[in-house]
Formats: sequence, C-alpha cells, structure tokens
Amino acid sequence: MKEIYMDNAATTRVSERVIKKAPEILRDTYHNPSSIYRGAQMAKAEIEKVREDLAKSLNANPKEIYFTSGGTESDNWAIRGVAEKKGQGHIITSSIEHHAVLHTCEYLEKQGFSVSYLPVDDKGLVSIEDVAKEIRDDTILISIMYANNEIGTVQPIAEIGRLARDKDILFHTDAVQAFGKLDIDVNLENIDLLSLSAHKLHGLKGTGALYVRKGIRLENLIQGGAQEKKKRAGTENVMGILALGEAMRESYEERDEKNRVVRGWREHLIDTLLAEIPYSRLNGDREKRLPGNVNISFRFIEGESLLMLLEKEGILASSGSACTSGSLDPSHVLLAIGLPHEIAHGSLRISLDYTENDEGQIEHLISVLPGIVERLRNLSPLYEDYLKGEN
Amino acid sequence: MYSDKVMDHFDHPRNAGILEDADAVGTVGNAKCGDIMRIYLNIEDDIIEDVSFKTFGCGAAVATSSMATELIKGKSVEEALTITNSAVMEALDGLPPNKVHCSLLAEEAINAAIYDYAEKHDKTYPGLHEPVEDIHEEDDDDE
Repeated sequence: MKEIYMDNAATTRVSERVIKKAPEILRDTYHNPSSIYRGAQMAKAEIEKVREDLAKSLNANPKEIYFTSGGTESDNWAIRGVAEKKGQGHIITSSIEHHAVLHTCEYLEKQGFSVSYLPVDDKGLVSIEDVAKEIRDDTILISIMYANNEIGTVQPIAEIGRLARDKDILFHTDAVQAFGKLDIDVNLENIDLLSLSAHKLHGLKGTGALYVRKGIRLENLIQGGAQEKKKRAGTENVMGILALGEAMRESYEERDEKNRVVRGWREHLIDTLLAEIPYSRLNGDREKRLPGNVNISFRFIEGESLLMLLEKEGILASSGSACTSGSLDPSHVLLAIGLPHEIAHGSLRISLDYTENDEGQIEHLISVLPGIVERLRNLSPLYEDYLKGEN
Repeated sequence: MYSDKVMDHFDHPRNAGILEDADAVGTVGNAKCGDIMRIYLNIEDDIIEDVSFKTFGCGAAVATSSMATELIKGKSVEEALTITNSAVMEALDGLPPNKVHCSLLAEEAINAAIYDYAEKHDKTYPGLHEPVEDIHEEDDDDE
C-alpha cells in the first residue's frame, strides 16, 4: 500500500532537490569552512549564501542569522541566552509552547528566574491584554510561539511585538511551524529573536537557525571555536545548512499559490469531517490557522487506536492522546484550550503539505475516517454509556 | 512496537461488543487516563459460558481485553480469577513497557465482572477483591 503521509508538522520528507544535490555536496564540500584553502572557502561562501537568503526571507540582516542544530537548540539558546546574560528577572511565555520553550523556562525557574505561563482562550489564542497584565519591572523576555504545532493557531505576533518594544522588553518567537509558510517580517513585527528549523520544510533534521536582532547580547549556549562569530561554536553542519537553503528557496517559490491550495484542502477536510462524523469538534482557531493544520477531537474514542486503524489504510497522522505522548496526560495544548481529558485523548492531527499530499489523498481520508471512528465507538464503553443516557 | 499477536487482537478483537442479558458486568479504569475496560459475563454453574468486552483505549488496551476474554471463556470462575496480567501479556507475546498497565487493567476488569456476579448471587471466591478502580462517571450533557 502506498504511504499517505499526513504528519508534516512532525517532520517532512526531504526535498527531491536536496536529495539530488546531496551527493555533490557531500563529495565536494567536505572541507572545514574555517580553513583557508579554496575548497573550504567555497563551502564558507555557500553557507553565507544561505544565510543571506534566510535573512532576506525574514527581512533581517545576514549578520543576525546564526545556524544551530535545530528548533530546540534555537529555543534553548534564545531563552537561556537572554536570561543568563541578564542574571535575574521575569519571563512571560504561554502555556501552549513547545516543550523546547516550556522545559527551558522550567529549568530557569529552578535557577531563580520567575516565569508567567499565560493561559490561552478556547481557540488557543494568547490575549494581548494578558501579556500586558503580566509585564513587571523586572520582565526581561516575552516568548510566544508564532503558530502552534498541534492546533495550528497563529498568535497576534505583531501586537505582542509592538507591546514588547514599547515596554523595552525582548521578544522571542518560536517560528518552527510558521517559517516557510507564513509571511514573517522581524522588523514589521518587532521580533528580537526567532527560532526556526529545516526539517519542517523538507530540509534535514539537525539543522536550524536563530535570528538575533543586532545589538542583543546573548550568553553562549555552546562554547568552543570561533564559528558563527564566536556565538555558536562547532564546525558548521555544511550539508544541513546547504540543504536548508535549497529547501527554503523551493518552499518560497509560488508560496502563495501553494498556501492557497493547501488551505483549500484543509477547509474541505474540516467541513466534511465535522459534517459527516457526529460528536466531533475542531480544535484551534478556524481563521488564524496554519494552512495545512487540521485538528479534530472525536468523542468516546482514543487517539492511538485511531492512528493504528488509519495506518492500516496507509494514512500516517498524529494524536494528542496520552498513549502517543509517552505520559499519562494528553497534550498540554489540548488541555490548555479547555478540553476535558477524555476528549483530548480522542484527538487527531492531520498536517498537510503541498508537495507531499494531493486531492486524492484527502478524499481517501474522508472515505475511511468516518468508518474508523464508528468502529472504535462501537467498541467504546463511553459511547455505550452515552447512548444509554440518551434513551 | 507491538507484537504480531497484539496487532492481530487489535485488528480482529475477539468477543467484542455487548452481551445481551449478561449475568455480570465489570468496568475499570477511567477516561481521564485514557483507558476504560468493561467485561460482560454469562455464568452457569460457576462456568463462564460467554464473555464479551468493550474498551476505550489504545491498541494495547483493546488487545489485552480481547485476549483476556479468550483466556477466561469456558473456564470456571475460580480459574478465571487466577489469570494474572503476566499471563495476558505472555499470551500476547509481550507488551511494550509503557503498556504493561493495560494488562493490569485487563486483570482488574475480569475481577470486577466476577465481583459483580458474586455480589448479585451472594457468593464468595478465593482471590476476589473489591474493584480497585471506580467507574469514572461521564458528564455527557456538555454537547
């Protein structure tokens, strides 16, 4: 059976262009970019080209881009880097951040910093009033994700950026899900620090970047050589960085048209599934949403079983159920938007991608999902009790 | 991550569904944790003549319920009570470590159903104990 990959928020397939170019890069660009001979300098030049293109896409200066090992490192570095430079103070973040942000903040709490975790509304939106209310004299950083990885909600980044700038507080955003899909302008939106990752847009795992606005001083996370202007040591991940460049350029080609198509799939899926499957609800905001994100809870059933039956139909997706998170609790994001545990357990996340998916796959999902949900409901004691209660 | 046996029992659950006019029913687990198992029993002369189950939970929860019903079908009530979670796991060729609790739930579900039977018929059996996990009653009026 052909695999239908609908988990593109987890990671994406490596771009064909990257795969095609990889042998050449691996064969010819093996020198250490810090060395002085020609081959090494060519590698260095290629890296700088990626830095320029990446900066351009964010409306930043190339000098403000630092390559890292991925979104997690970028988040760690941005938050710890600011905190440790300041030495003490207060951080504002949201309760639906990625664990790379949440666990870094929890770590800093143990080091004596204080952290406010903002609630979100039932669509997953942070309110600008809540951010304003939490600001204290000693607030050193606001870190709010650009778009949520589970429910796709896009935050009012420009408003938060404006507020942070007015109050002279640094503003970091985890843009791992948004980068390559949404228009990001670090100047227009007053973003001071921004994390991104390559493998969410058909690059390679193990590569990311952190944008750091000129003039902001961060404590280093990694000590060592003089790479990345002595800010992030370690021999450059040449293959990963060049692949990021290739994948990023590809993702920006006719991006508006790609987004339009993917949004169309998303809307069709949401409308059809909610109409055809009773006791289902959409999680996240209907409008302020990543183009490819669909997150729906089906009552009375559990997510892992749902994923296993979908996989039998060739469809790969993800769920916020505890069984797939490795803990007893379902997704912290679904709990934060107010879902009771049992409904959070029955959530399904479909994340669509222009180059990966097509209309036929969407229709296949629509044709099999109602039956799968019904099958699991027929097996569910919760559904049995519900029907008894109805009669 | 699952054995072929687990996958087989998940794909083709044995004895799934409601047993009409069941002599006894036991439910354990709660929706909060993501696992609920319910076992129905028909018992005649202390022999489990028929059994069925309903489960809300992950693949392992469905498979352990299914296997548990197979293991106790046709057995005496006393024999059924000796079936441990390890026996259910072994019969499934093992479970991943984070799914062991599903087999415990299956053992408890058997106990809970037999407890219901014992209560109704004023009987006692060695090894029978009060169900450890209460049924988590759902508030179903929020739709």
